Amino acid sequence: MEYIIEMLHITKEFPGIVANDDITLQLKKGEIHALLGENGAGKSTLMSVLFGLYQPEKGVIKKNGQEVKINNPNDANALGIGMVHQHFKLVHNFTVLQNIILGVETTKHGMLKMEAAREKVIALSSRYGLMVDPDALIEDITVGMQQRVEILKMLYRDNEILIFDEPTAVLTPQEIEELMKIMKSLTEEGKSILFITHKLNEIKAVADRCTVLRKGKYIGTISVDDTSKEEMSEMMVGRKISFAVEKSPCQAEGINFEVRNLTVSSRHSTKKAVNNVSFKVKKGEILCIAGIDGNGQSELVYALTGLMPIESGQILLGGVDITKTSVRKRNMAGMSHIPEDRHKDGLVLDYNLTENLMLKKYFTPEFHKNGFIKFDVANQYAERLIKEFDIRSGQGAKTTVRSMSGGNQQKAIVAREIDMNPDILIAVQPTRGLDVGAIEYIHQQLVEQRDCDKAVLLISLELDEVMNVSDRILVIYEGEIVGDLNPAEITVQELGLYMAGSKRSEVTV
Amino acid sequence: MNKLKNTLLNDSFNRAYSSVFSILIGLLFGLIILMISNSDQAVDGFVIILKGGFSTGAKGMGQVLYFATPLILTGLSVGFAFKTGLFNIGAAGQFIMGAFAAVYIGVKWTFLPAPWHWIVALIGAAVVGGLWALIPGLLKAYLNVHEVIATIMMNYIGMYLANYLVKLTVYDSKKALSMNVAETAVLPKGGLDQVFFNHIGTTKDMSTVNGGIWIAILIAIVIYIILNKTTFGYELKACGYNPHASKYAGINDKRNIVLSMVIAGMLAGLGGGLLYLAGANGRHIKVVDVLAAEGFNGIPVALLGLSNPIGIIFSAIFISYITQGGNYLQTLNFVPEVIDIIIACIIYFSAFALIFRNILPRFIKFRKEKKAAKAEEQMETTTAAEVEVEAQVKEEGSDKE
Repeated sequence: MEYIIEMLHITKEFPGIVANDDITLQLKKGEIHALLGENGAGKSTLMSVLFGLYQPEKGVIKKNGQEVKINNPNDANALGIGMVHQHFKLVHNFTVLQNIILGVETTKHGMLKMEAAREKVIALSSRYGLMVDPDALIEDITVGMQQRVEILKMLYRDNEILIFDEPTAVLTPQEIEELMKIMKSLTEEGKSILFITHKLNEIKAVADRCTVLRKGKYIGTISVDDTSKEEMSEMMVGRKISFAVEKSPCQAEGINFEVRNLTVSSRHSTKKAVNNVSFKVKKGEILCIAGIDGNGQSELVYALTGLMPIESGQILLGGVDITKTSVRKRNMAGMSHIPEDRHKDGLVLDYNLTENLMLKKYFTPEFHKNGFIKFDVANQYAERLIKEFDIRSGQGAKTTVRSMSGGNQQKAIVAREIDMNPDILIAVQPTRGLDVGAIEYIHQQLVEQRDCDKAVLLISLELDEVMNVSDRILVIYEGEIVGDLNPAEITVQELGLYMAGSKRSEVTV
Repeated sequence: MNKLKNTLLNDSFNRAYSSVFSILIGLLFGLIILMISNSDQAVDGFVIILKGGFSTGAKGMGQVLYFATPLILTGLSVGFAFKTGLFNIGAAGQFIMGAFAAVYIGVKWTFLPAPWHWIVALIGAAVVGGLWALIPGLLKAYLNVHEVIATIMMNYIGMYLANYLVKLTVYDSKKALSMNVAETAVLPKGGLDQVFFNHIGTTKDMSTVNGGIWIAILIAIVIYIILNKTTFGYELKACGYNPHASKYAGINDKRNIVLSMVIAGMLAGLGGGLLYLAGANGRHIKVVDVLAAEGFNGIPVALLGLSNPIGIIFSAIFISYITQGGNYLQTLNFVPEVIDIIIACIIYFSAFALIFRNILPRFIKFRKEKKAAKAEEQMETTTAAEVEVEAQVKEEGSDKE
């Protein structure tokens, strides 16, 4: 069998770390080849090498058996390699068509010739069942549609090798299914796909073969049909992983956290971002707020944590009204918050690990004397958390957080927030972008908090997470709670209907 | 050789090294301009600039320190604001308002006894400078008015107001300058009069330098400690690095913006006080419609010192040294305006060349990589253009990470 792309014995080093150590990846024509690995395993580096963003120290890349040199993304493009990035690269106030031709415009005497391009886009769109309206503005179409535009961009450039970088992270279950279909139809037409992911279900669903990386090393390439999920995950993390979150039955009693008729106005429109929302979280309960991204979850959390003003309503923690108190007072009163965007809110990336771990404690008497920070205490504290929560970094407590991997950054936040010993832990998409090992770990931590009789409010877009971790599910749709569900009694499909707004039940608080 | 390269890649070494390297490039650029403007005397002129304050012996060095004093303070003002995420371009206005306050107190409040008089005058300078920065601080924190715009406006308001107030209260119309401050308000010499003078026959030709330089160095150390050792500095820097995360951590970001601007203004104002409380042979406020150069020179001082308070002490002395050297260029056939251009070029080019801080280690590393690649595969040589592209692409790549 001939390979369309081969990356042979690729080694790429960064200061202090070997990101790719003798990695070999061979992509057959017309296959979907998954690239599986934890965060920091070297998947992105390997793809950046293929895309010409990095030059490897050792190893060669071959296309159709011929050795090629890829110095920059333009070279990659010329070789027919295209990539759908995790964060789309689209101009929001351009139409679909304008985005697709951007950079490869056909012109005549300096004037744009759109007609030929439009025909080609429409033809491609129908051939692969993408159903994209070429004249719609990007800002008006759904995330799933935007992704199809990215796919069309690659097809328009006649790319044969398509790299999908964690394409399902932003999609609803229905959209994921659609994407899988599209991927299959692409390979039927002779395209070859490299599919970066750490979701084993998706690999099982579409991939033919799978290459596994771990800590920069090549572990092996397997045939997906002959390998079980458990085996794959073991290859990926190097130990056995349990998928089901182990937890005892919920023993919740006593209200710990209560929200009454909360309304938050939207920054963008006159519609309310959060509309008259009420709920209670009991001690020893994980309450999950499920919903598709952008239905008011962010505003709800910002309002609860004091980062955004509210229009009306009441927030009570342990029976005390905290509606008007400052962020600092809420923190001290026992509210911890694992934020949605760890780079924007959760971390000061240019501070080192110690400085980040003490971000919510530096002002307590333990950490300062007459305004002077006790750096020895702070360092000891950081060392303890690093050990307890297994935060890995290049230079220990002195590591600048910016240089750490996403999973370890998230662990640092989790460590800091849980060590605050909160009464209510608000965790917003705490496992976003993390690998199986880290997800398992963070889920354990959440369950542990619950078992210590704390209240946990989990805001998640991941259906697996919603179903496995929570004790009770509230579904949010367009700023309103439309369902109060028991995860043991509901199917994923049903939950999907609630999330899409096509079903709602009377919610009794 | 390898050891040397590793040292070059070392971060803290690289910082100091890059500043020195930038200065060398700045000087080279100055030499080129000297060549263009007056090629016959270019080398002589360059030597004079390099000799800086030394051209006139110990007194000259005293003058270097005297003029470095306000630069340290305005440099600290800009650098401190930088560290906390603000660009204080208004040091000129804060500086001149502080200077007026110091001179006013120095001239008028003669009821104060000796040490207290100059101390109160300095405090007055700092307070007025701080007030001058309070307004942009409040505007930024509560109305989200960008501090660059607000401080530029305050520069002009400050300059004209100071001119008006000087004319109204402490103007010596014969000299067209502000009056001499009272003897009690002149900063003590701090032992420096024992060092920085020239002999003219039997009399001593004294330098204007005074204890102000000690105060400036002390303040720099205090600012260093505040920024690096205290919870206050921790908060301020956190706000500078990431205002969202600071808010999330419960830090009062609005209060910190205001405080940070006020402290920056106090530093610049104090710089004005330290320069003008210098007796009859020191500087006096000229009533001219020109923004104080000391204020703007704070920006290259802060850049060259990499906003590090200790680094700022040295970069201020360097810039003062070069400026003094420039003054002596008049002994040759250089037009004063050209001298200003040359000095400004050296200063700003030095600050500009700081990009080497990022490029240099990358370049060394790239050379290493290239060598390894060559040895192994005998690859075709990479041209300089490719080097550039590569560096760029690498940057993009690391941004994405």
